[in-house]
Amino acid sequence: MSLTDLTATELLAKLTQGEITSVELTGVFLDRIAAVDPTIHAFLRIDRPAALARAAEIDARRASGQPLGALAGLPVALKDVLCTAGEPTTCASRMLENFRPPYDATVVARLRAADAVLIGKTNMDEFAMGGSNENSAFGPVHNPWDTDRVPGGSSGGSAAAVAARMTPLAIGSDTGGSIRCPAGLCGVTGLKPTYGRVSRYGLVAFASSLDQIGPLARTAEDVALILGVLAGHDPADSTSVDRPVPDYARTVSKPLSGLRLGLAREHFGEGLEGQVERAVREAIKVYESLGATVREVSLPHSKYAVATYYLIAPCEASSNLARYDGAHYGHRTNQEAMLAELEIERKALDAAGDTEGLDRLDNALVRMYRRTRSEGFGPEVRRRVMLGTYALSAGYYDAYYLKALKVRRLIRQDFDRAFEEVDLLAGPVTPTPAFRLGEKVDDPLSMYLFDLFTIGANLAGIGGISIPCGFSAEGLPIGLQLQAPPFEEERLLRAAHMFQTATDWHTRKPPAI
Amino acid sequence: MAISREEVKKVSLLARLQLSDAELETMTAQLGDILGYVELLSELDTDKVEPMAHALDVSNVFRDDKVRASLDRGEALANAPKHDDECYRVPAVLGDG
Repeated sequence: MSLTDLTATELLAKLTQGEITSVELTGVFLDRIAAVDPTIHAFLRIDRPAALARAAEIDARRASGQPLGALAGLPVALKDVLCTAGEPTTCASRMLENFRPPYDATVVARLRAADAVLIGKTNMDEFAMGGSNENSAFGPVHNPWDTDRVPGGSSGGSAAAVAARMTPLAIGSDTGGSIRCPAGLCGVTGLKPTYGRVSRYGLVAFASSLDQIGPLARTAEDVALILGVLAGHDPADSTSVDRPVPDYARTVSKPLSGLRLGLAREHFGEGLEGQVERAVREAIKVYESLGATVREVSLPHSKYAVATYYLIAPCEASSNLARYDGAHYGHRTNQEAMLAELEIERKALDAAGDTEGLDRLDNALVRMYRRTRSEGFGPEVRRRVMLGTYALSAGYYDAYYLKALKVRRLIRQDFDRAFEEVDLLAGPVTPTPAFRLGEKVDDPLSMYLFDLFTIGANLAGIGGISIPCGFSAEGLPIGLQLQAPPFEEERLLRAAHMFQTATDWHTRKPPAI
Repeated sequence: MAISREEVKKVSLLARLQLSDAELETMTAQLGDILGYVELLSELDTDKVEPMAHALDVSNVFRDDKVRASLDRGEALANAPKHDDECYRVPAVLGDG
């Protein structure tokens, strides 16, 4: 068995016991990346010498008996939406292709302090907008289970990297399902923590009231190990919550007795593919065999979740992405070409005697902004910026944005009521297993509807986890989603671990690679 | 609800985007589809519902008013597409620039 087949927890034990060094381990994963990633394209950047130097430094400290952090010597991959000081952070966008942040994101600083080896930056949908990873400006990620299919998104690179055994641990971000969806489609374990559990400082903003950083790994035990490093208050993010961080790694192996699971009837209806429903219902039977009780509950406003999300998220995005102006950082259009274009337009209007047109013609600064942003942003980002700008514009604000904020409260209240009766909600992650690359690219609305089961947690601000629970007839992974009341990550992880002690879906390995 | 091509053009200026004629065409159709779909929300009576802007009930968070180190000017300018020793450079806003 290769080292790459072991879990992070197993590898950490080997490192601690001196059976392997971090240099050996990091080298094995870097070799695996070199062999496999040309097919998968999970990584946007690998710095082999830097990763090995960091591993050597940790090995040296271990050898001299110095105290080490909780992840000492373990490779971790970072979604390229997280700022790394002095190293490219692209968000898979032409806009930030050459951007080198002057500081580390708080989670990156915490991982460094825990002595993790940062092995590379992973591919994603541009600015984390998408559910298939096809929106990367640098080319899509391929699903390790079937390279003609999408890995899910937007953290598709992180999920595929874990699934293809290129890293034991990865970090993603989840605004509408962007950790759970790719975890489900790639057959790994991915956690979206409660809003406020993990600092967002240094996470390039998409929709600030929904964004949350979380880990992807092979097992709930590994997720618990790294969540303990990521979670906690950060003065640099005033929405990070100052409350104690449980010792997730210690409690994860304690089974929950008397667990009450709720099945939202709205998540088992129209649109859910039969084989996904069967796998999820089988998973729920496993819980029953472990002593859980199961009851049906209702989230009556679920059918409004996609509409609510696709107003709120683009509105926030249009505001957040206003910062890409070609002046402070990121791409800027070629100034000579821009001025020449304006001159041609001015002459044409002049010749036609169109004085109104001349009055309306962009000045040089406005045209610089417009060309810069149209060149820098891909189609999906442009679409969302347009949608958000429209929904926030004079005359539409109440009908769209304010309305969506009100429905958001109704959706949150649905969850609050359900959690009066049950400890966790269980259901599907996505309506179908991984679809084919290109299948939905021309139909944004059908792509949005794929997020149906995951976006409720972001709107409500609660935590959710995706764990492997079976395979489709074509051999594609199927995910089970568990959702919990705010700040009950411990409960989510313990429940996920219970399932993983009774099943072996999470140990399966993509056969093709 | 449908959105007109003229409206999409106007929004593209507000959004500081420049769309080609072909892109305007596609964008008008796709935004129309999405706006048609979100009309679903209008069937809900939300008159008495408080809007929820945020998942957490966090109000103002203050820190002590102490001077701290901030980003060095050189570092702040380092990523700018065009800058001099002190400032970001942009095309002239006034006059013929």
